[in-house]
Amino acid sequence: MASISPYGKRFISYLRREQIKRLLSTRYRVDGRGPEQVRDVEVKVGVVKTADGSAEVRLGRTHVVAGVKVGLGQPFPDAPDEGVLVVSAEVLPHASPYTEVGPPDESAIELARVVDRGIRHCGYVDFKKLAVEGGKAYVLWVDLYVINDDGNLVDAANLAAVAALRNTQLPAVVKDETGIKLGRNNKSPLQVEVAKVPVAVSVGKIGGVLLLDPTFEEELSLDGRITFTFSEDRIVALQKSAGHFTQAELETALDLAWRGRERFASALKDVLG
Amino acid sequence: MKKSPVPLLQNGLRADGRAPDQMREVNMAVGVVSNADGSAVVSYGLTTAVAAVYGPREAHPRHLALPDRGIMRVRYHMAPFSTKDERKSPTPSRREIEISKVLREALEPAVVLEQYPRSRIDVFIEILQADGSTRVASLTAASLALADAGIYMRDLVIGVSVGLVDNTVVLDLNGLEDQYGEGDLPVGYMPNLKRFTLLQLDGAWTRDKFLEAIGLAVKGAEYVYQKARDALKNRYMSIAEEIYGR
Repeated sequence: MASISPYGKRFISYLRREQIKRLLSTRYRVDGRGPEQVRDVEVKVGVVKTADGSAEVRLGRTHVVAGVKVGLGQPFPDAPDEGVLVVSAEVLPHASPYTEVGPPDESAIELARVVDRGIRHCGYVDFKKLAVEGGKAYVLWVDLYVINDDGNLVDAANLAAVAALRNTQLPAVVKDETGIKLGRNNKSPLQVEVAKVPVAVSVGKIGGVLLLDPTFEEELSLDGRITFTFSEDRIVALQKSAGHFTQAELETALDLAWRGRERFASALKDVLG
Repeated sequence: MKKSPVPLLQNGLRADGRAPDQMREVNMAVGVVSNADGSAVVSYGLTTAVAAVYGPREAHPRHLALPDRGIMRVRYHMAPFSTKDERKSPTPSRREIEISKVLREALEPAVVLEQYPRSRIDVFIEILQADGSTRVASLTAASLALADAGIYMRDLVIGVSVGLVDNTVVLDLNGLEDQYGEGDLPVGYMPNLKRFTLLQLDGAWTRDKFLEAIGLAVKGAEYVYQKARDALKNRYMSIAEEIYGR
């Protein structure tokens, strides 16, 4: 398994890319937004009744569903008194004409791992409370499903994951003669620390202009891309996923992302309570 | 974060006796795999990465070839015996798949791929011994191997890691600091072009500590860059000696 330069990066015509760049030099984007403007965000929870927690995010035309299933399993050996978080992402073949059927590719794995890193250590979920007697632990399986990809999957998937966790009901631990298992008839809400919610904000760079919330088309024209995840006033995750940045650009991108964070946090407000 | 079995920072020194802004011993050699078009071995302390480059060669599978530039294929992989605890399964983990991707994206800005249409450049990186900072040691090894292969490059990409230990910014995390520190920030930097091509982070960082760490990473990369230049020079001096004698 090795990482190969993707062919898909070329699926935009040079003319269209030049148009995007030219327009951006006047600080306009092809969809009429300014560089710092985020598309409309809608977050809904409880959209999948069979899941223990779920959420749906629409960020412009990008559409991501997150489902949480709670299981019982072994804690990690280096954290025997903590619950386990497993984040997976699947970009469905529905999502774009360039998505192939098959197991998650490197982009989907990266997406899941960036969202995972944002949630894991920021204190939004207290994993210490998810230990179960008998050396077992709750396992939170968070599955991110990308149904339509119109760009900026990381920010949308992160919102979906944190909203779905907020919506999660933990099944009670039941003991019987065969051992311990989960009883789905008796559930209680998963406690989350709402103030510490991690918010991922991606910044794109096209022809020297930094912008928030890139669309699919803009992502095909990027000279650089970086995602910052904030929890309270801290940076808890960061991923440069395309191109290069100078130190000055990095600082500007950080400040831009910090301002963008407000927009996503307010979209979560109703859901988080 | 878990509590470290030994203090990570005491009287301004780290558990292995280093100052916060000090690299471990850095060793490099270029041209270590004779069959490869380019190769290098880089070690930061115990962490050892071997990189081999093959190419440019015909792009296979053919449908992945690009008409206007070359493509790169990068594999980061850890040897089953490279970690301190149990044997690591040789099957690529999700972590290794992600690192392969970020390393490719860290190297691509440095390579003049437009020079190699319809071709592929392969970079294989193997971690023989892991003690923290493996992805950044890999990055330095990979760019040395690319340079050794004579691939057109805009700059070398130097990898260094910075981290947060007892709220102090430190350079070049070892395995202990990686496991028990409060934050980890691997960086890839092109010292001449002054551009970052690899940036990842975990832990919890304030804006100030983050920017301080970036500054320290640049210093560390400039230090490692001098060693990388020397390693390349040594390689060419030894080739010259072979050809012309002493």
